[in-house]
Amino acid sequence: MMEVSDSSNVTLREFGCEQSLLSRPDGSASFIQGDTSVLAGVYGPAEVKVSKEIYDRATLEVLIQPKVGLPSVRERSQEQCVRETCEASLLLSLHPRSSLTLILQVLHDDGSLLSCSLNAACMALMDAGLPMSCLFCGVTCAIDTEGKIITDPSATQEKESRALMTFAIDSKEGRVLMSATKGAFTVYELQQCIAVSQKASEKIFQFYRDSVQRRYSKTL
Amino acid sequence: MKDTPLSNCERDFLLKAIEEKKRLDGRQTYDYRKMKITFGTDFGCCYVDLGKTRVMAQVSCELVAPKESRPNEGIMFFNIELSPMASPAFEQGRQSELSVKLNRQLERCLRNSKCIDTESLCVVSGEKVWQIRVDVHMLNHDGNLMDAASIAAITALCHFRRPDVGIQGDEVTVYSPEERDPIPLSIYHMPISVSFSFFQQGTYLLVDPCEREERIMDGLLMIAMNKHREICSIQSSGGIMLLKEQVMRCSKIASVKVSEITELISKALENDKKARKAGERCGFAESMPQERITALKMDETSVEMTDVTDRANDIVQKAEAPLQTVPSPVVPAPGVGQVGQGLQNTWGLEEDDEEEEEENDNSGEEREENVTRMEEDQHDKVESRGGDVVEISDSEEEEVVILQPEMIDKAPKNTGSSSHQKGAAASKKRQKK
Repeated sequence: MMEVSDSSNVTLREFGCEQSLLSRPDGSASFIQGDTSVLAGVYGPAEVKVSKEIYDRATLEVLIQPKVGLPSVRERSQEQCVRETCEASLLLSLHPRSSLTLILQVLHDDGSLLSCSLNAACMALMDAGLPMSCLFCGVTCAIDTEGKIITDPSATQEKESRALMTFAIDSKEGRVLMSATKGAFTVYELQQCIAVSQKASEKIFQFYRDSVQRRYSKTL
Repeated sequence: MKDTPLSNCERDFLLKAIEEKKRLDGRQTYDYRKMKITFGTDFGCCYVDLGKTRVMAQVSCELVAPKESRPNEGIMFFNIELSPMASPAFEQGRQSELSVKLNRQLERCLRNSKCIDTESLCVVSGEKVWQIRVDVHMLNHDGNLMDAASIAAITALCHFRRPDVGIQGDEVTVYSPEERDPIPLSIYHMPISVSFSFFQQGTYLLVDPCEREERIMDGLLMIAMNKHREICSIQSSGGIMLLKEQVMRCSKIASVKVSEITELISKALENDKKARKAGERCGFAESMPQERITALKMDETSVEMTDVTDRANDIVQKAEAPLQTVPSPVVPAPGVGQVGQGLQNTWGLEEDDEEEEEENDNSGEEREENVTRMEEDQHDKVESRGGDVVEISDSEEEEVVILQPEMIDKAPKNTGSSSHQKGAAASKKRQKK
């Protein structure tokens, strides 16, 4: 049975967030976890192409742009993860036959990229003022070769890990909205990682609250 | 997504203001917007803010085979991405006219001016050279993307460090950044492009147009120059007729602007070098402005882990036991493998007495095995009935009379697919009323 590691390994790196930093998109935010940074921009609700319109909901499109080269299959799978999380928390039926476009630009990748993208996406959606039923955040856990759990791993920690898991946690009840895993692990390890992510997500949600409170403390 | 079209009153207002030598943001005719250059964590990454226009450039390198026509020169590759984030008019993947124009201009400005020494990028002549790739991403489009892109590209190239290479006879070793310090590219000069927009058929001119001004302009003149007052590239688009004096005047303005911008770039590179030497952390994270109300930073925190193990064990125990895993394949008879038990045939059809061929291929094993066993059962049943045609279904189709008794054919088949189809056909055959 796996032991939970001592608290020195289970830390979250330094966070940073800036909202409304771009003038063209309706909502934008940059999220920084340690050295990993992602910039998110949201356009919507806007006109949608007839081929893509859905009669009773908004059509959400997610685009992830890597730093070097053109988007490939890896970006497509990450886009799918982010889109499913957003669709679970956005109130899409309030904007039928409209399009919501979420664009994520990777500024620097030093591990935990998918969770940083999820966090940036949530802050950008909030900045755009889109109605959501709950907020979501992303937490990445890595299990290293000795069996210890590391949250928010850096790129070197990710490379040396045996398994890597990213969970999207919702803010209302702390349930798992999305999970993307890589590597082999036992059922116990999975449940422990989920429990750890839920604990970590509380810190992230508190950070969201602090950012937004600071931002609206003066009317801009 | 479509961009909101420009209204007529906006257009008239802007034109009238330009006639009175006034600009929307209060600049003078020849003024540039506030420019800010920051660098990313790794070498070759640079962010440029020109007013509200935001651009990011990243340089990367790779060892490739050189071009046939130039075996001892490296390759430069430029790519400008008009990200949909920059403007609702930009679409992902579509090579729009603007994208082609910007790409071509940047190539002419940087590649054709020979600002980078490509011969120094050669490792083994004719076999291995460095390919330097510059990706420029537009993050926010508020006018004058070309200037911002050219500044970002040349600054990123100046900032970039390529891995050191050692050649000993035939062996080429590429050292990682930890083994040997990476070396900068050899850059002769820094071409910077300056854009001039013309209004009212060339009567009025503005430097560094913002997005609204770009929409109402008649034509654009782009001059790429370096600080030694050498023109690297000129492009005039929009079909406006310019007088010789106008072009000369623009080039004079451009030389002043270029020297200012080159000064700014050198200062930024110098500051970054100093910061890296002092061991400070560099990157987008550091350059995030702290004092703004829209920005917040939180330090490294630890996560409370008191009842995690209990919760996890709880959940696992309450969960259902996993299904029995199937052991390795069982071999009931030579040439036949069986994985799993298989289920009763739920198609509801009686099998014909046509025997299934024995199967050598492993792919359709389970099905074949089931069908074989099923048909053996049927075969027995039919034999006991004595070969009469038995009424099975209530279908209204014609009576089918079997002319010849079926022969059991035990010849093995080679391909799995054809047997599979035959099996399907056999199972579909019914004895009809």
